Amino acid sequence: MSVIEPEGRSASVFTVKSRAKAFLETWPPLILLSLGWVAAMLFVAFFGHLIAPQDFMAMDLRARLEPPVFMGGSWDHALGTDELGRDVLSRLIASIRISLTIAFLSTLIAGFLGVSLGCLAAWARGRTEQAILMLVDAQAAMPFMIIALAVLAFLGNSLTLFTILLGFHGWERIARIARGLAISAQEQGYAAAARDLGASPWRVYGRHILPNIASTLIVSMTLNFPEVILLESGLSFLGLGVQPPLSSLGNMVGYGRDYIQSAPWIMLTPAAAIVLTTLSISMIGDWLRDLFDPTLR
Amino acid sequence: MLAYALSRITRALVTIVLIVTAAFVVLRLTGDPATIILGPDAPPQAYEAFRRNWGLDEPLWVQYLAYFGAVMEGDLGRSMRDGRAALDIVRDRVPMTLALTLPALAFNLVIGLTAGVAAALNRNSWIDRAIMAVSVLGFTVPSFVMGLTLALIFAVKLRWLPSGGSETWAHAVLPVISMGLIGAAVIARFTRSAMLEVLGQPYIRTASAKGLTWREVVLFHALPNAAIPTLTIIGFMVGSLVAGAVVIESVFSWPGVGRLLVNAVANRDLAVVQTILLFVGFAMVLANLIVDLAYGWIDPRLRVKTLKAGG
Repeated sequence: MSVIEPEGRSASVFTVKSRAKAFLETWPPLILLSLGWVAAMLFVAFFGHLIAPQDFMAMDLRARLEPPVFMGGSWDHALGTDELGRDVLSRLIASIRISLTIAFLSTLIAGFLGVSLGCLAAWARGRTEQAILMLVDAQAAMPFMIIALAVLAFLGNSLTLFTILLGFHGWERIARIARGLAISAQEQGYAAAARDLGASPWRVYGRHILPNIASTLIVSMTLNFPEVILLESGLSFLGLGVQPPLSSLGNMVGYGRDYIQSAPWIMLTPAAAIVLTTLSISMIGDWLRDLFDPTLR
Repeated sequence: MLAYALSRITRALVTIVLIVTAAFVVLRLTGDPATIILGPDAPPQAYEAFRRNWGLDEPLWVQYLAYFGAVMEGDLGRSMRDGRAALDIVRDRVPMTLALTLPALAFNLVIGLTAGVAAALNRNSWIDRAIMAVSVLGFTVPSFVMGLTLALIFAVKLRWLPSGGSETWAHAVLPVISMGLIGAAVIARFTRSAMLEVLGQPYIRTASAKGLTWREVVLFHALPNAAIPTLTIIGFMVGSLVAGAVVIESVFSWPGVGRLLVNAVANRDLAVVQTILLFVGFAMVLANLIVDLAYGWIDPRLRVKTLKAGG
């Protein structure tokens, strides 16, 4: 299909595009790079413990603040060492695992909350819908960073609580989208037909409406993912997120900033990992959005 | 206009009541304040004294009214660290935070609006592409990375500016730019799409057709209409500026409300956290009120609609 297209104004003349050109049109180079980076990150998240050269907590006080290999260091510590002689590459791998796992679980929570509350609002209408919309507005009215800090102050911090807390970021946007899509899907023939055949609401939603609106919801969850990474790394940077001895990208930057002058690589390596990851996922999200639903902008 | 303004102001007041109520609910929901503040190891007499002192043995609605009254009088409890009134501690820091956020907001608007309009007017040219490429960074670079990178370049390597502290105006430059750049990227993206939407409207064609120069069309027909959706984002910007201040003040050791909040959370100084929470809530309400009033001023349709609806 995509190989043959009319060229110029005359529709009667067809040319065959080269395979490479057609390939690059479906898969733009930047998207390929982003997908490659995300795939690498996922690989690290799953198998990082197998490829890490050293234990991320192992200290070597004789090899403190060694520069990375491209700044004159040795291959023993390819990305250098920190103030306690811990291998930066191994810490980076451990941090990527923690940060991505938290972001993934939190996005799942936000997606679950958003989709179920959005669909509930669309199905129930009336007071339930008003109550859900009020929650949506209330959350949108306050910067989430401030809400998160307040919750951490009142409830204290643990990895589980922190992950659940971040799961409350962005659910309101997903709920708004899910509600809008579900309301318009309900009016369509296929949903009405299923309903008239006596299907329960669970069946109408689970088997008919959700599969039809899933693509847009998945895109909005994809776009939520990098925001959760930014939030997690920000809070961890401030020392209020992931706590030592665990390490996340944000608290690596936080501890590394004390050595900004003498050993900037401690801070720059995790910072680059954050930026590249959020950048790649947002680009993939935008690309998916255009692919699935060109009407969305 | 007066009826419109009054309806918006009433709504802002109602929101403030809701925020105070929410703060009360959150405080009570998160457990017994006596245990949270005194810790689990305090002697039972201390708990009892604390409860009596703070009226925690009264019925809930009495507690609520007392809490509401106290908030309205500005009594928000005392800091656990030095026993000073939480309100005084926060109020002392507010000017420092405003000294960062107001210039950052101005920076946001000037750079963001200019870049967004320039990108829209030169759609698909290299100017557009360059502006949009740079603005992607605004969404993907965390504010602390932006701040630290600027500090690394301008403070550590070039030694042009100080990397932390608040003694002179030069100390404010890097924090303001860090916050400003990120916000400007968001505004630029938003302004561009608002502008493109407006430029596609029939009234722009009409304006061109009646012989106005392109400059007049853009200045008098496109810009005012694109300003309406852009205003909305400014209400949101206030929220992200507050969140940005929390991080940026910590990066540059700037003694504002944001850094106070981080320290208060780390020390679980709940009276101070609560006070800042209410402050931010009020600031958001105020910002949205100003945006709403500005809407009414820019968009006459809104005024008329409210009057017809009788509100």
